[in-house]
Amino acid sequence: MSAPVISVRDLRVSFGRGASLIHAVDGVSFEVAEGEVFGLVGESGCGKSTILRAISGLNTEWTGSATIAGRPVAHRRDPAMARIVQMVFQDPYGSLHPKHTVETALMEPIRIHGLDNGARRIDRVLTEVGLSPAFRYRYPHQLSGGQRQRVAIARALILEPRVLLLDEPTSALDVSVQAEILNLLSDIKRMENLTYVLVSHDFGVIAHMCDRVAVMNHGVMLEELTIEDLMRGRMRHDYTRELYEASAGYSRRLETRADEADAAA
Amino acid sequence: MSEPILTVDGLSVSFRSPQGVVQAVRGISFTVGREKVGIVGESGSGKSMTGRAILKLTPPSAEVSARVLRFRDIDLAAADERAMRGIRGDRIGMILQDPKFALNPVQTVGRQIAEAFRIHRSASSAEAKERTLAMLEAVKIRNPRRVFDLYPHEVSGGMGQRIMIAMMLIPEPDLLIADEPTSALDVTVRLSVLRILDELVSDRGLGLIFISHDLNLVATFCDRVLIMYAGRIVESLPAVELHRAQHPYTRGLLDSLPRINERRERLPVLTRDPAWLTA
Repeated sequence: MSAPVISVRDLRVSFGRGASLIHAVDGVSFEVAEGEVFGLVGESGCGKSTILRAISGLNTEWTGSATIAGRPVAHRRDPAMARIVQMVFQDPYGSLHPKHTVETALMEPIRIHGLDNGARRIDRVLTEVGLSPAFRYRYPHQLSGGQRQRVAIARALILEPRVLLLDEPTSALDVSVQAEILNLLSDIKRMENLTYVLVSHDFGVIAHMCDRVAVMNHGVMLEELTIEDLMRGRMRHDYTRELYEASAGYSRRLETRADEADAAA
Repeated sequence: MSEPILTVDGLSVSFRSPQGVVQAVRGISFTVGREKVGIVGESGSGKSMTGRAILKLTPPSAEVSARVLRFRDIDLAAADERAMRGIRGDRIGMILQDPKFALNPVQTVGRQIAEAFRIHRSASSAEAKERTLAMLEAVKIRNPRRVFDLYPHEVSGGMGQRIMIAMMLIPEPDLLIADEPTSALDVTVRLSVLRILDELVSDRGLGLIFISHDLNLVATFCDRVLIMYAGRIVESLPAVELHRAQHPYTRGLLDSLPRINERRERLPVLTRDPAWLTA
């Protein structure tokens, strides 16, 4: 097998100090092969998004080692890395500047990285995400939620990265729109031979998109499963099983965790 | 079956906008008895506006009309603002999505719940406190005395939502409208909140209107489901039969959900038929 595109060793991220010190990510290691979709699943505060922020370079305060496409992830802003890794966020309402047109938003990375043929790149990437080039003159408020997420994906693609980090890319969308965006992500991955890390709390989305998934809780990876194992319910940890069963909907039988929630408050 | 708690017949909500009249709810009819009725739909389907219209909490710019809007023996359509103030909270409670925004941030949790009781019942503050502690216990809060004195920012999302349930149930209403009550919660916490809601609703014989976008959740939690699309109820069926739904919109929604136990190359995408707007 070829060398992994993403390799993370003993990643640690902590916030605060003294008594309020929190280990948001507490020694996490994983590898993702070229063309693979690796899922991170867990509840709020488990550290899944913090991992993405560290390896994308948004948060530079971490320890451990991480390489993407053979290049070590630096502890400072690294413009060259932006050509390799891009991120798509959950909320397309928050991730696009409300006073910038689609064109301005897409032109910014082109300008920063001094690329030529800006207009042609924008046309191409808009077509790729299923929007007509006429959308370049729209403002975010003139787009639907699904169209906005398409623009956010276009912005991530415009530097032709090899890796996309997807942080709950469809959880703010209606299910019918979610299906469109997930299909789009599958198509783009095939066409561009991309590698994805997908953060989600939804086992359905994980099972649909991923090849492997890591289950996180309190900053650590409890276990890593192939999707085959996940779909057949072959997990080792009770916590994973609990999440898995909870995703199927409500049942009077399930054990309550209310007590635990009390203790945490 | 016994007399319904709520009867809605021909309810419409519309807004005037510079682009013309926008119909948020288009003449829907349904009843709610001592049962859990789910209203599902995507954003903009009119599900929340339906819940608000029952309590007459629509924005001032909204025009609401209904042939019948009756709660028990009260004609809500004819009730004035003063009468509605006596009904809201007391006879019909409402739980919203995020307790962070629904609770008063500068008052302790206990004081807010006690206030909800004293506004509707003449009671001494000692009695109200006692009832509040009992209610906190009923929503499975382990240490009610401690939680009584906490401020909303000091409690977790799941506990906040249980506090909301306590506040809404303390005046012992007949009907509860819950608008996405667990969408802001983690899955495991969501289930414990739902179980509390389920128990209290069945024990006290309430009617519950459960508004949600989550088909799986509604199918497993509710007794009956109404599916809304563009302001209409396109289908109504027992929750356990949701997977046997007939309407192409409901079918389309169910098909477009990614499944945990089945891998499909592509997810079917919903194609909207203009006929659904009128059928």
